[in-house]
Amino acid sequence: MKILVPLSKVPDTTAKIAFTNNNTEFDTSNVQFIINPTDEWYALVRAIELVEKNGGSVTVINVGTAENDQFIRKALAIGANDAVRIDAHAKDAFFTASQIADYAKANAYDLVITGKETIDYNGAQIGGMIAEFMDAGYVGLVTRLDIEDGKVSLNREIEGGEEVVEASLPLVVSAQKGMAEQRIPNMRGIMQARTKPLNVIPANGTNSIVNIAAYHLPPAKSGCTYVDAENVGELVRLLHEEAKVI
Amino acid sequence: MSILVYIDQSNGAAKKASLEASFYGKTLAAAKSTEAIGVYLGEASEDKVGSLGNYGLSKVLHANDSMFNDFDSKAFAKAVAAAAEQVNASDIVVPFNQNGKQLGPRLSVKLNAGYVPGASSLPNDNGQLTKAVFSGKSYADYTVATDKAIIGLSANSIQAEKTDEIAAVEAFSSGVSAEDFATKVLKKEVLEGEIPLTEAERVVSAGRGLKGPENWGMIQDLAKALTAATACSRPVSDIGWRPHHEHVGQTGVTVKPNLYIAVGISGAIQHLAGVNQSKVMVVINNDPEAPFFKAADYGIVGDAFEVIPKLLEEVKAFKQAD
Repeated sequence: MKILVPLSKVPDTTAKIAFTNNNTEFDTSNVQFIINPTDEWYALVRAIELVEKNGGSVTVINVGTAENDQFIRKALAIGANDAVRIDAHAKDAFFTASQIADYAKANAYDLVITGKETIDYNGAQIGGMIAEFMDAGYVGLVTRLDIEDGKVSLNREIEGGEEVVEASLPLVVSAQKGMAEQRIPNMRGIMQARTKPLNVIPANGTNSIVNIAAYHLPPAKSGCTYVDAENVGELVRLLHEEAKVI
Repeated sequence: MSILVYIDQSNGAAKKASLEASFYGKTLAAAKSTEAIGVYLGEASEDKVGSLGNYGLSKVLHANDSMFNDFDSKAFAKAVAAAAEQVNASDIVVPFNQNGKQLGPRLSVKLNAGYVPGASSLPNDNGQLTKAVFSGKSYADYTVATDKAIIGLSANSIQAEKTDEIAAVEAFSSGVSAEDFATKVLKKEVLEGEIPLTEAERVVSAGRGLKGPENWGMIQDLAKALTAATACSRPVSDIGWRPHHEHVGQTGVTVKPNLYIAVGISGAIQHLAGVNQSKVMVVINNDPEAPFFKAADYGIVGDAFEVIPKLLEEVKAFKQAD
């Protein structure tokens, strides 16, 4: 079984968000970047577990420039077998998904596992786009993924509960909490990662189809109004009369 | 030209998110001097489908077929794309919920239409759509470079207004067959009678400060009195005090209610990432230094075990008087 895991590079959760160039670009100065948490913790680790159990290989793929190689090496240190970097700026999700889907189709991957969403643009869209480009099934927000004799069994989150779903390969899923536990790379993994293959290939000619015209920060909060613990009736009054939410 | 609205349903009834999408579609259609048409996939009574006219749809294409009762992203994308062709849709509005998040990106590729996932506004004068980015720490204005657009509408972004209008219901042949389905739903486990967290207008959430799962009764009682959904912090779902689908935060569910009440939650940045789009936040914590107070609109420093029962009584008294 061949599993492909797309990785996104995102600002660390605690990064302070600021913009430059008249609020049209994200200011990356002094920002620490990481692999998108759900890509690393759930998608990648579950892919490695499935290969440990059933055999096969895990390839990580990233659309980005050479500065992303350090993040790709980390994924190899955690346990991916090899890596591919499509050498281009990830312009939008449509462009990025097209690159990944072309690679997955050309190299006959059985399963693509993404994280449920990136913590920068929160679109939850790359998996569905890859699936449509591949004409494959897609299940999002998956909390459990098992494979027996080529049949996939999974749980996915729905409003107020879960569904148990059966699917066949090829398949694309987006992974979330519950699917696996985060792994920390060990020294042996880090040493091995240095010699694992990282192939760099050019992008296809797909155009991007959405753009960000401007960013803006949310209006500053006016501060917390404290209500005395002995007088909680005042809170009910404020929520009704001032905030108008009850 | 028209605006097409995908009606996400469960057990033969449109979800609340679909009513918001209908009203949004109608408002968008009015601005473009056209009409909003729905597409409903799955078995439902004609009355129920027609009642979507209450929220502004002039017509609903209905594939009244049991094959569509359970969602499959591949087959549904094919059907909705066929509907979009049939009504010559310029914009397709999809709720940004669990099913919509699977459908929207597929439609974007299928129809070569730019997709804005999680839009929270109508297009401005320049046709830009606003959506939250960086996990609610910022907003961005998106433009779509294609003729058609897919709008993934974030929950609670628009207050759906109801009228007595009834939509015309038209039988829809989607051209989809059983072979188009890539997945099969074997079992559904949904808590009956509870307000789904992602759709809730009010949420009561609690954390480790509650000390144990046996103490959740008062949280559920308060939620019930406020017609709110219940939620929890990550540690609470990790220890198994509450089910995972109640966990809000970066690795859990993102919510956007009008009112979010956090009880005994310190307010780590990962938690805030899931709740910071709430309109009004109330924080109840016995630690005056809890970082959550910095993000709160209203705060009570006090012991949850004393404050919540009193708050429950006050809410009940208010509801009776209201």
